[in-house]
Amino acid sequence: MKILGKNRGTNVPLSETVIELFIRLCGISSILFVFGIFFFVFREGADFLFGGLDLGQFLTSPEWYPTSLGNKRYGTLALILGTFSVTALAMLLAVPFGLGAAIFVSEFCSPKLRETFKIIIELLAAIPSVVWGFIGLTLMNQLIIKLFNAPIGLTMLNGSIMLALMSVPIIVSIAEDALKAVPDSYREAAEALGATRWQLIYRVLLPAAKNGLLAAVLLGAARSIGETMAVLMATGHSVNIPEGPLSWIRTLTATIAAELGEVARGGEHYQVLFIIGILLFTITFAVNLIADLVIKGIRKA
Amino acid sequence: MISERIANNKNSIEAENLSLWYGDFQALIDVSLKIPVGQITALIGPSGCGKTTLLRCFNRVNERYGNVTTTGEIKVLGKNIYDADVSLPELRKTVGMVFQRPNPLPISIYENILFGLRIHSPLRSLSRSDADAIVEEALRAVFLWDDLKDKLKARATSLQLEQQQKLCIARLLPLKPKIILMDEPCSALDAKGTLAVEELMSVLSGAYTFLIVTHNMAQARRVSDECIFMFLGELIEHRETQALFQTPENPKTADYVQMRYG
Repeated sequence: MKILGKNRGTNVPLSETVIELFIRLCGISSILFVFGIFFFVFREGADFLFGGLDLGQFLTSPEWYPTSLGNKRYGTLALILGTFSVTALAMLLAVPFGLGAAIFVSEFCSPKLRETFKIIIELLAAIPSVVWGFIGLTLMNQLIIKLFNAPIGLTMLNGSIMLALMSVPIIVSIAEDALKAVPDSYREAAEALGATRWQLIYRVLLPAAKNGLLAAVLLGAARSIGETMAVLMATGHSVNIPEGPLSWIRTLTATIAAELGEVARGGEHYQVLFIIGILLFTITFAVNLIADLVIKGIRKA
Repeated sequence: MISERIANNKNSIEAENLSLWYGDFQALIDVSLKIPVGQITALIGPSGCGKTTLLRCFNRVNERYGNVTTTGEIKVLGKNIYDADVSLPELRKTVGMVFQRPNPLPISIYENILFGLRIHSPLRSLSRSDADAIVEEALRAVFLWDDLKDKLKARATSLQLEQQQKLCIARLLPLKPKIILMDEPCSALDAKGTLAVEELMSVLSGAYTFLIVTHNMAQARRVSDECIFMFLGELIEHRETQALFQTPENPKTADYVQMRYG
């Protein structure tokens, strides 16, 4: 007797099988690529990571002298702090603006204005990061020198503003989707109970959309951490423990971008840059994992 | 009885020559009516006749959709609600509304009951013990207290539909509304839930004026004291329920209540 379902393949035309196989491959390939990239980056840095590199110094020393003749030192603390501080300041600027814009677009805009806004926000997202870097290097540089009477405008603040401008479109579009996904019946219920627009937003919409809003913020942050070109051009690119928004800093990503072209392939310096890559990988992985756990935690509550 | 009521000025809502347009479409045509205090009035009529639109005029929730034009006058408790000095939050505090689909907010049962009170009073002005007492009183009023007292922190959206709809009634009560509008409150409920909500309305009427839109004529007969029949945006007949069903004056009403169309 034929068992239904088990012999499905016998009557299915070949084209179906091929298409199914192809789709399966597409699905699996994304996993393969991630592991492939991780493997490659890890292999390039592994020799030095396990033989010779002082991991304690690597993570806690601010001394980054990879090309010193006598005493090469590979301390990335200043770079790690650079990445985190510029991202944190960028988020401080981008989150209020991004969420505010999302609330405006989803709750206050007329439909016509909303469409215009969305197109402009998408345009903002499409600007290449090197262009942002260029704006930072020229326009924002001058502006910061004038406004803060700083000796030079290529600072953490400059980079953060550029990163904020780059992550705002991501935050706006994801947060707006999240707000739009809140059922209209909630709005109606709150309004019929006499809620003002503002009460409706902070008592009903923001709590109801909090998962999506958190995802929006985290994706914006992820974009900031990984961004290279704009921060390379706008932050001064100087290895420094950041002291304030007007410090010159350098980030992990910018270091790799600036130095990888100059090093001897396979050498210590080359390998350390790949170890920085592993570090970045780990950081983004941790951010994503935390985001996942937080969102799952919210769902359960 | 209606003329006697007018003499005593015992009306919750009085509408005069009310017309309403959605864009170019006129949904209400010259509606005038008087809704008695403390009674249950049913709005019946075929789909699209404007009964829900009329209901949604009384707390101005119609204005959520742009493109609405209203003319005429609506007085709620003697005050024209289209006057410039009317505050929408205050109006909606006085005129509560229950919707077709139960729409508790995605917060706890406890917070749903207190939601109205919280938005209408200054921040942190509600003491914990007062809040507990208010929640208990509201839930007791809708006969949910015994079922829900042990899970007040549960999300209101996780309840059964019948409980959700009763909760939606309960959350109006702490605001001490005078009028409760109900837009087909039982259409998402099964027979048992429908009876439970109807019973609740009967118990609460007197303290509140109810205005209920219903498709279900048996329900209109069961629960209402007075009944309004609407047809194509016009108010055709408004009488005591028994009279409207047994001896309709207008042939359109007669056709509808004897289910010749609908």
